[in-house]
Amino acid sequence: MECNYELKNGCLRILVPRELDHHCATGLRQETELLIEAYHVRKLIFDFSQTEFMDSSGIGVLIGRCKSMNYSGGEVMAENMNERIQKIFVVSGLHKIIKVYTKEEEK
Amino acid sequence: MEKQNEMRLEFDSRSVNEGFARVAVAAFLAELNPTLDELADIKTAVSEAVTNAIIHGYENEAGKVSLLCRIDGEEIEIVVSDTGKGIADVEQAKAPFFTTKPELERSGMGFAFMEAFMDDVQVESELEKGTAVYMKKRIGRKDDC
Repeated sequence: MECNYELKNGCLRILVPRELDHHCATGLRQETELLIEAYHVRKLIFDFSQTEFMDSSGIGVLIGRCKSMNYSGGEVMAENMNERIQKIFVVSGLHKIIKVYTKEEEK
Repeated sequence: MEKQNEMRLEFDSRSVNEGFARVAVAAFLAELNPTLDELADIKTAVSEAVTNAIIHGYENEAGKVSLLCRIDGEEIEIVVSDTGKGIADVEQAKAPFFTTKPELERSGMGFAFMEAFMDDVQVESELEKGTAVYMKKRIGRKDDC
């Protein structure tokens, strides 16, 4: 699975893969957990700029990371989502627990 | 003339086949000229049903997942079935956020997603025999909106 991570000042940015399903959820979960623990991450950003597909397995991974970050008092955000991923967020109610940044808000 | 077409696939219960299954269905449905949104809805529903068969039906053990896809005019029917352990209580399994495997970070939203993205979802299941998920969706309803 191709997944890129960028760590800067306690902020971990995860470039979410093109398709986030059960098949690649396990790797993403393990790698992210390792990084959160090892580097005392305070802020987690999921960058969906490459992501075209996500199903409920992806939701599970995101909710799981929210739990670990809440535990340590950290913050979780999502950005650069296309319309499809936004729809998945709304249908699952994920937009209520993860702060979503759209392009307009960044300006 | 109304379009009629049908295809069947059988593949191993390996997670790498989740992506294969949804792409295969999408390619098969191309002749109906679905919108990108309709196609994404169907791919998500297929992914949910196939993932359920692999994780819950076979509990990650070796098994075969069957996929049937039928075009009948503007309606498509997709059946995903396994011969795994079956579901004890289908109504409970369909409830949002219900999961038997929270330790695997399952969100419990699989059936909720299938129901949200398809027009009709029916489940037949018998313990130790297996599960079949029947999903239907009408394609090309642009005039209704």
